[in-house]
Amino acid sequence: MITLTEEPITVEPLLGHVSRPSAGGIALFVGVVRDHADGRAVTLLEYQAYRPMAISEMERIARAVTTDEVTVAVAHRIGPLRVGDIAVICAASAPHRPEAFSACRTLIDEIKAHVPIWKREHGPEGAYWVGWRDARCEDEH
Amino acid sequence: MKILFFAGARDVVGYDDLVADLPPTTARGLLEYLCGEFPALAPYAPSLRVAVNGTYASWDDPIANDDEVAIIPPVAGG
Repeated sequence: MITLTEEPITVEPLLGHVSRPSAGGIALFVGVVRDHADGRAVTLLEYQAYRPMAISEMERIARAVTTDEVTVAVAHRIGPLRVGDIAVICAASAPHRPEAFSACRTLIDEIKAHVPIWKREHGPEGAYWVGWRDARCEDEH
Repeated sequence: MKILFFAGARDVVGYDDLVADLPPTTARGLLEYLCGEFPALAPYAPSLRVAVNGTYASWDDPIANDDEVAIIPPVAGG
């Protein structure tokens, strides 16, 4: 179950999706917009996605951690998000907690590394895309 | 081919997307071409990835004129 939406997201549909009679553990990661980044105040995060690829990458990542015993679900919100809003939810169920924690951790780590979603931080010092300034290299001759 | 830009790359290039009529090339060749057309993009080239038809491409992957290509800055989901 992969969701990419501009609407608010909640944990209940994901919990319902991964619940199994055989699953004794459900791990949940909830990513929330916080009010600071690197010492700067943050008032708003503006999320942008390359929508079809973001969905297909999340599906690929979810497939890679799904097994006979591990079931997962992911929801990511895009658009303008305020402090306290939920940006991402990852849920993983398994017979026992180690597999559930591990799958949930892999999900969020892989999403952050590969899914084409970006965020622009807005604060008193202006607005800029996270990671973009660091991406600039000086020309080397 | 259709070329899509996102986030910081969109800002420095000034286009959400554009259509280019180019001879067949590779992901590397396309990025080099774009950095020539948009010099403001060049300092970021080492951090950029190219996706072809919605999948990350290797630098030597071919790009044809009917492909949809996306220039992918460092991602920041979550």
